[in-house]
Amino acid sequence: MNYPEHLFYTQDHEWISFEQDHALIGITDFAQKELGDIVYVDIPSLDKIIAKEAIFGTVEAVKTVSDLFMPVNGKVIAINPLLETNPELVNQDPYGSWMIKVLVTSASDRESLLNAEQYQALIVSNPSSH
Amino acid sequence: MMKNTALAAIHQSLNAKMAPFAGYNMPIQYSGIIEEHKTVRNQVGIFDVSHMGEFFVKGPDALDLIQRITTNDASTLYIGQVQYSCMTNERGGIIDDLLVYRLDLEIYMLVVNASNIEKDWNWLVDNNHKNAELVDRSDELSLISVQGPYAVDTLQRLTSYQLNLIPYYHFRELMLNGIPGMIVSNTGYTGAGGFELYVPNHSAVALWKAIMTAGSSYHIQPIGLGARDTLRLEMGYCLYGNDIDDHATPLEAGLGWITKFNKVFNGKEVLQEQKMAGAKLKLVGIRMKERGIPRYGYRILNTDGEPIGAITSGTQSPTLKTGIALGYVAADAAATGTNVLVDIRGQLLSACVSKMPFVQSQIK
Repeated sequence: MNYPEHLFYTQDHEWISFEQDHALIGITDFAQKELGDIVYVDIPSLDKIIAKEAIFGTVEAVKTVSDLFMPVNGKVIAINPLLETNPELVNQDPYGSWMIKVLVTSASDRESLLNAEQYQALIVSNPSSH
Repeated sequence: MMKNTALAAIHQSLNAKMAPFAGYNMPIQYSGIIEEHKTVRNQVGIFDVSHMGEFFVKGPDALDLIQRITTNDASTLYIGQVQYSCMTNERGGIIDDLLVYRLDLEIYMLVVNASNIEKDWNWLVDNNHKNAELVDRSDELSLISVQGPYAVDTLQRLTSYQLNLIPYYHFRELMLNGIPGMIVSNTGYTGAGGFELYVPNHSAVALWKAIMTAGSSYHIQPIGLGARDTLRLEMGYCLYGNDIDDHATPLEAGLGWITKFNKVFNGKEVLQEQKMAGAKLKLVGIRMKERGIPRYGYRILNTDGEPIGAITSGTQSPTLKTGIALGYVAADAAATGTNVLVDIRGQLLSACVSKMPFVQSQIK
């Protein structure tokens, strides 16, 4: 499985990419594999300020449904329009398929996130249902 | 302890996603549920369903025992025929749903759900008041299911017997892939048509490989339990433990057509009363009108917002690209076309009671 070095990760299997004036958030390769075929990405949080670790949406796979958790405190400023019609992109390209674009409201949030190495260690130590 | 089927090494080599199911370590998916589902609808798929249980009932008292423990009329079966049936308890609740095979004049095979093997066996033994011979061969037999429009063409390459002479819900004991006397049954749980093959464990790996080779020109793929579930849901087939259990009766579950009151069986009186009074709950098909996937345990409400039942199993139909489900509702809301709401994690979304199957059966 693939965990790019430039991303940060959460224990709930989201990734976050810090860009110049915003951040992009999606789910990891591990998460999409665990979920299987994704059929809906449901994000009702556009223009809302969401607290770190609060739910910003849900992702529905054929077999199961899972909540999506905010890696940081932030305001949701965009939702990836491609996922409305092609949610399977998350399976095909989990790191290219961001779900939300966020204005991060607190810079210190970054400290509690996992880097690629730490996240990989988490997956190895807790392979969940595999 | 988790059991493995005889095909465990094959699943491992195919890099299947495995998960515990009814005490067995089973393949849930290989390439992905949607792709596997489409393979079965359009091409041909091969399933390992060796977790299913097989009991043999023999002797002059075999039919009498089967008649008493099941709701369908096994006396109508001729040799080579299969029947879908239910075992009911004294309250009319469903102990299991099963297939009854008549193998010979006084030999029957009962195929039961893996999760119920022990419970069913004990029930069989407890009800064996005369002296039918009972043999549990669940641990010796593998079950390979080959389903899809090219299932017959695939298997035909492995036998000289003309397979299209075996009608739906019939079987033959024949030579296939050099294995004599294999039970080859025109049944399945997909609505796509195909055969189920009962094979001794020691021949299962060779048979799987031969079928994969025979089906390669039809693009055969291995199919996991995930797609098995979406395939059976599109057909509206019940899954024991979800849609039916010890508390549901066949009449509530829409299985009145396999409940025959012209014979004596466990729970008959209760069911006869229920038939006269009318079942208060009915298992129906639910089809979403809005985007959302109905899942086990979600509440069903009428359009006034009053609870009338619950979903027992549901999914996104890969064929219809819509949420579909089975669920129990109050009898007065069970008519096809009735508008209902499903409580999908706090959102009340529109749905309606749908005719089943949701997707047209491909069985000829």
